Amino acid sequence: MNIIVLMKRVPQTAEAEVRVDSSGKRIDREHLTFDTNEFDTYALEEAVLLKEKHGGTITAFSVGPPDSQDTLRVALAKGADEAVRIKAEDFGDLDGYKTAQLLHAAVKDIPYDIIFAGTMASDDSYYQVGVVLARLLGIPHATLVSRIEADGDKADLFKEVEGGLQEHIQITLPALIAVQTGINVPRYASLIAIRKAAKKEIRTLGREEISPEGLRANTQVEELFIPPVTKRAEILEGDVEEVSAKMAAILKEKGLL
Amino acid sequence: MGDILALVEHRRGEIRDATFEVMTCGRKLADQTGSRLTAVLLGSDTDAMVTSLKRHAHRILVVDDPAFKDFNNEFYRAALADIVAREQPLMTLVGHTAYGIEVASALGAELDVPFTTDCISVEMADDRPVAVRQVYDGKLNERVSFREAPSYLVSLRAGATAAEEGDADGEVVALETPPLPDPAHLKFLDYIEAVTGDVDITKADIVVSVGRGIKEEKNIPLVEEFAGAIGGVLACSRPVADAEWLPKDRLVGSSGKTIKPKLYIAIGISGSFQHLTGMKNSDTIIAINKDPEAPIFNEADYGIVDDLFKVLPALKNSIAEMKQ
Repeated sequence: MNIIVLMKRVPQTAEAEVRVDSSGKRIDREHLTFDTNEFDTYALEEAVLLKEKHGGTITAFSVGPPDSQDTLRVALAKGADEAVRIKAEDFGDLDGYKTAQLLHAAVKDIPYDIIFAGTMASDDSYYQVGVVLARLLGIPHATLVSRIEADGDKADLFKEVEGGLQEHIQITLPALIAVQTGINVPRYASLIAIRKAAKKEIRTLGREEISPEGLRANTQVEELFIPPVTKRAEILEGDVEEVSAKMAAILKEKGLL
Repeated sequence: MGDILALVEHRRGEIRDATFEVMTCGRKLADQTGSRLTAVLLGSDTDAMVTSLKRHAHRILVVDDPAFKDFNNEFYRAALADIVAREQPLMTLVGHTAYGIEVASALGAELDVPFTTDCISVEMADDRPVAVRQVYDGKLNERVSFREAPSYLVSLRAGATAAEEGDADGEVVALETPPLPDPAHLKFLDYIEAVTGDVDITKADIVVSVGRGIKEEKNIPLVEEFAGAIGGVLACSRPVADAEWLPKDRLVGSSGKTIKPKLYIAIGISGSFQHLTGMKNSDTIIAINKDPEAPIFNEADYGIVDDLFKVLPALKNSIAEMKQ
């Protein structure tokens, strides 16, 4: 089975202070740490599990700046056979559509049975790249997939829809499968594997190698700003003992104890 | 100027809430641009659904065919592409839901119209849309413009717009089923019901909910004891359920349970939009998180900004004293 995995390196913003830079359109990357987009770690694991079961090869693709190779190296350490970085720096501002156009140019002529992606990325939150790539390739797709049973040229997929309900569908391969978090338990790479992966080549594709026809973004970010706050919690002040006593008093007053 | 189109989502014969939100936004855009709101319904046995749409749209295009009974993104995308291409709308709107995630981008790509997804608002400014989206884990918003085109497409985050009553009396237009792709590509088979466990978190008065901040599975008993001390049940946000530290039926959020307890205590939960959707209607919300900028503090009534591993034992003691 030939598997492609789409991966992205993203700033870890969930627990960090996120600032807008002087352009007003981008974040200040200086004080942030970067790591693989969480959804993509599940996509990669799903690919490795399928490879372990059915054999085959895994190629990881990332559209991003040079440091995206860190994410691709981890993919190689965890079980990807090849890794390709599409040089984002060659193609100007990207939105989800344009990113998918670049991926389309990179994968359209190579053989694959499944393309795995994460359903979304935590930085730009588009939920677009996998779905658009599937359309450009003319293959079926599914998103929010939380269980996969692949057999021959068909795969049974369980998609997580609202309220814990699942839709059970069957898809014909080749297909693009965008996974939900929690579909598996992503493995850690061993130290030996990381050392081996450090020596592997990461191919790059830039303007010289791919030049998709009609490459263009649909949208442009005009302004990045802190969301207006309509409500703000009363933050209890003091040391741990003091805030705990205050909180307990509030709960008692409200009849919640 | 073309109409505003709203794509109708339904499941098990019921129109989804997100569709009424989308139509509310669509009516405003139609008013603003002097056009009509047209709802597009693909379904099977659609009479009841058409009736509930009439007040909300000026026109309702209906394709009634068993192929559209359940959602199938191949059939829906092909049929909607055909209809939208013929309608030439100024703007097509769809909810950003499990349905909209698959429909919006596929349709945008197929029709080659400028589109974007998961918007919290969209307005027209000088004949071009301007959308606002939430990015970077909800820490920032972005305002985006579109390349110029005769037609645009946007998906709207479910729950971001309050649905309002309409006063339209939509004209119903029945359409023939457009040509559909090979049914072998994708088949809807059945629904798998949500799992139920020994505790029903939707019925509890006090819910203590734990998130990524708990760091490791071995720390879960700490929160469990705290929940016991306050007489509450234990729930969680997505990362804890994903890691299988708590069962899936304890998950609060759009992909899990929506709850309205008297007291909700969020511990180490940053507050993704999906999580907030599931708990924001609780009577009293308390958040404990070391990140003062965590979005959960914009939904909570009271907050403690500190290390949960220090707060929990102290708060447990204070509560025990207060109970005496």
